[in-house]
Order: sequence, then structure tokens, then C-alpha cells
Amino acid sequence: MSATSLFRRGALGASLAAALTAGMVTPSVAAERELLNSSYDIARELFSAINPEFIAWWQAEHGEEIDIQQSHGGSSAQARAILQGLRADVVTYNQVTDVQALADDGLVAEDWQDAFDNNASPYYSTTAFLVRKDNPKGIESWDDLVREDVDIVFPNPKTSGNGRYTYLAAWGFADDQFDGDEEQIHDFMRTFLGNVSVFDTGGRGATTSFIERGIGDVLISFESEVNNIRGEYGSDDYEVIVPPVSILAEFPVAVVGPNAERNGNLDLAEAYIDYLYSEDAQRQLAGFNYRVNNEAVAEEFSDQFPETELLRVEDVFGSWDAAMEDHFANGALLDQLQRR
Amino acid sequence: MITLANITGSAPKRVLPGFGLSLGISLTFVSLMLLLPMTSLFGQLSGISLAEYWRIITDGRVVASYIVTIGAAAVAALVNAAFGLLLAWVLVRYDFPGKRLLDALMDLPFALPTAVAGITLATLYSSNGWMGRLLDPLGIQVAYTWVGIALAMAFTSIPFVVRTVQPVLEDLPNEVDEAALTLGASDATAFRRVILPHLWPALVTGTGLAFVRSLGEFGAIIFIAGNAPYETEITALMIFVRLQEYDYVGASAIASVVLAVSLALLLAINIWQGRFIKRLHGGRG
Repeated sequence: MSATSLFRRGALGASLAAALTAGMVTPSVAAERELLNSSYDIARELFSAINPEFIAWWQAEHGEEIDIQQSHGGSSAQARAILQGLRADVVTYNQVTDVQALADDGLVAEDWQDAFDNNASPYYSTTAFLVRKDNPKGIESWDDLVREDVDIVFPNPKTSGNGRYTYLAAWGFADDQFDGDEEQIHDFMRTFLGNVSVFDTGGRGATTSFIERGIGDVLISFESEVNNIRGEYGSDDYEVIVPPVSILAEFPVAVVGPNAERNGNLDLAEAYIDYLYSEDAQRQLAGFNYRVNNEAVAEEFSDQFPETELLRVEDVFGSWDAAMEDHFANGALLDQLQRR
Repeated sequence: MITLANITGSAPKRVLPGFGLSLGISLTFVSLMLLLPMTSLFGQLSGISLAEYWRIITDGRVVASYIVTIGAAAVAALVNAAFGLLLAWVLVRYDFPGKRLLDALMDLPFALPTAVAGITLATLYSSNGWMGRLLDPLGIQVAYTWVGIALAMAFTSIPFVVRTVQPVLEDLPNEVDEAALTLGASDATAFRRVILPHLWPALVTGTGLAFVRSLGEFGAIIFIAGNAPYETEITALMIFVRLQEYDYVGASAIASVVLAVSLALLLAINIWQGRFIKRLHGGRG
């Protein structure tokens, strides 16, 4: 099944479904062992494509029938559910900080980023723009977004990891542009945030505002998401712009050790994450417009992913912890920049 | 002769089992369903000082959200008071085809998941929606303004007014207003001096409940609010944001403000209502 057809529900349907089933576990038939994957909101289609492949692979390798349950929701809310006792075996999130929150509580190994390749991120993406047909406002990069005539839509950085990446990408660009001059960066960011028409709480909500309600000149979201949207809503009506500089968005994975052990799923959980690095899974991921590290697959899909300079959060902001503390904590820079 | 009343003391026979048992069950239920969550909410607050608590609840952005929330809830409640009264009046006093349907429709906002209501309203009232397209040329913006917030609040809380006024109106026979009219009162006077005083307590309760419900509403509003800082952010979103930051204390502190306001208002209405009914019945009520 192609990525597009899985995406076919549309943003409205998806956001309805998201609102109704956030945090709910998809029911399925009984099998000998069940693995619970706690994942982020917009990964529904992705994992409903990958899971059957893994189940078949495991059956062929080990002759055991297993089942995988999915739980989707905002990644912070998902992590909170595990902190409060949800017995998920693995987490596949879109924010390093949410896995870190589990690690801080001892539910995930302290060195979880070394447990798997590429900082435990089997695939990655960046932040890109979706503009309307023929790009009427001529938006090519971040500095076009602070123009007076441009209205932006992206999810609230206060409630969405996706929104936080957008904020950090814009900051990274400004930091580069103004050579670290704080006053100029702050001015840039203030204008940037002031150009936002609607602050939806999540990525799919922002998509709905941009597509269904016709709000704004540009939607900023993960490159994977804007490509999926364009595929869904017609390549004639929208264009994807990948800015020359953007941020590296990692999709961290981890085994929730104590839970997997208690559920007797430790081997299964590790195999599941390993599988995400396999060539088959990487090809599927690329089909969903995520960038992957597998060289053969990356080569195969190279047309799909324009070369762009990807800033690392660790390089620009020191660390995720520092970025959270300096920018997103209560009363930190984001709050100050939005203050009246 | 020994009667049942003699055996069980002076209390007359009741349908439900003895006072001790029923009160016991009631209190247990109230404790489990209401007091336990409340206690845990306030328990979260025990870790911070009063100064810290004050700082959290008087943060500029949070205060702006109180103003947006309370303002929109007040407008929604007043609109609902007027139209809820009218709806209850139509449903009780007139017979027309489809009356049953309209009656059932009144409960729809309770049945519909509020998020669905919010998305539907946003679809209708955004500038490319059915309603938005008509209002836009007139310069009226509903979606992504506080008007949209009030609209979503009005939608989710209209049943409170209708359902509290309706039974009271049903108890008020037609003859009462007819009597007023035959005694020479004008239509307006009959409504103001005879009917309204009867409905007043129910109307105020319904409006108060609608207001309090609107203060806490999240799902329906979040999709139509636009959530612009200081302009269209509601208090429930501020609580949600604190939770996203794993800041349970901050979330509880802000929630406690909403809770206190709601509780104070409901209590005030109850006390006022008791006095009003007493006065209405000349102290015999």
C-alpha cells in the first residue's frame, strides 16, 4: 500500500480521529505475545504499514505469531502516560526530550541514545514549507517569512514538538544570518512569531487550518508531513519548499526496559527497533517521505530529498535540555518574545 | 397499636432504605467521585509557597487568558439565557410538527464529543466556510477570534438553560398568564411581573451552570480559538501547556483558580436562590 493511499483520510478526518482516539489503543486480534508501541500523533499511517511487515518477518524467523498494538497522541502526553503507568514496551517519538523524560525516571536506559545507531534515530526529517500553487508570495527561505505580507501557520511550540522544531529552525537561521547578534535575532523571532495567524495545538490541526480553512500563505511542518499533504491534496495546488538551511529533526526510539521485561517482551522490543533500521523498513520510511541513513535507500530516493544544510540542536543550542530551558520553559525566551 | 413509624422512630416510611445507609452511600460516592480528585489536585499545590502560587496564577499571559475566558463565557451565558428561555418557552407552550425532534436536539451538545463540535464550528465559520463566507464581506470575523470562542461556549452550554427552565415553565399553567391579562396587565407586564419571577431562579441557575461549564470547556474551543497569545488563549489551554511541560504544580495552580471561581459562583447562586424563593413565597417557602 502506498503512503498516499494510507494518508487518504485527509487532515480533517485525521484530526477528528486524533481528537477522538488520542491515547487510545488500537484493538486487534489475540496473539501469543503483544508488543505495545507508544508513538507520536502523525505516525498512525506509518506504523500501520510497517507493523504487518515486522509481524510477518518475526513469524518467518521465529515461527511465533505476535501482535503489535499502537498508541498515538501528542508525544509529551504519550510519555506522560508511560510515566503514569502505561506499560508500553517501545517508544517511537518525534522529540528527544520526551524519551529523556522517561530516562530521567529510570524507565529508559540512561545511555539510550547509544543503544541504537544515529543517536537512536532510525529516520530523520527536517522542517519544510508548504505554499499555495505557484508560490504567489515567492517564499524560498526563512527571511521571507518575516515579511509584512506573509501569514504563517505552524503548531504552537508550547504544545507541539513539531512547532518547537519550527521555532528552533527559524532561530538557527537567524543566529547564522545575524552572526549571533542577540538583539537582531530577537527582533527576527518576534516578527516571525507575530506573523503566525493561528496557533493550533498539534501538527494535524495546523494542516487543517492551512488546507481546509485556507488560512495563511505558508504551512511549516516536518518535510515528511508537507510532502504527504501535497501528495494527498494534489500536487497541482501546493508546492513544497525546503529552505536552504533548516533543522535536523530526529525521531528517537527506545526500549522501555522495565515494562518490556515485565511483559516478557524484551527480545521482541529490541528486534522491533532493529527492524526499523533494516533495508525493508528504511525503504518504507522513505516512502513516507522520511529521510533515512541506509545508503542504498537514500541513493534510491535522492530525488525526493533536496540537499539542505541541517543544523543540529546540540550544535546551535548546546543540548536539548538547554534548548528547552532557555527557550520553551515557562517564562523563558519564547514567552518573552510573545510578551506584549 | 404499634405502627411502622413507632418501630423505626418518628421518621415516616421512605422508598429508599434508612437515612444512615443512604447518606453513607452518598457520602462515599461524593468522596470517591468528587473529593478524591479535588484533594489530589490541591495536594499537588502543597509543595509550593503562597508567593510561588501567586506568581503562577498572576502571570501576565495567564491573566490575559482569564479575561478572554470569563468575557467570552459571560457573553455565551447571556446569549444562552435569552435564547434558552425562548427555546424552553416554544417547547412548553406550543405544539408544532417536529417538536419532539427539536426537544431531542436540545441535548445534542451533551452527546456530541466537544472536539467534533469545535472542528465543525471552525469549518463553518472560517472565512471559506458556509457561514464565514457570508459574514466575511460584512467584516465579521468569527473563527479565530474571541467571538468564535463565545460561539463554541454557547454551543456546548445551551442545554443547561433550556433543561433547567423547561420543567419550571411546565409547572406554570397557561391560566396564570391568562389571569394576568384578564386583570388588565399588558403582555409585557404579564411577562415581567408574573411569568419571569417564577422562572427567575431556574433561569439564573441555568445561566450560571452554562457560564461555569464554559469556563472549563477545552475541546470545542481549541479548534476555533486560533490560540494567539494574549488575545485568544483560554485558561484551559494554559493548563494544558503546563501539563505539556510536565509542570503539574503550575497546571494545578491555574486549575484551582478556575475551580474556586466556579465553586464561588455556584454557591452564590444557591444562596441567592434560597433567599429569592423564600421572598417569593412570603417567607413560607
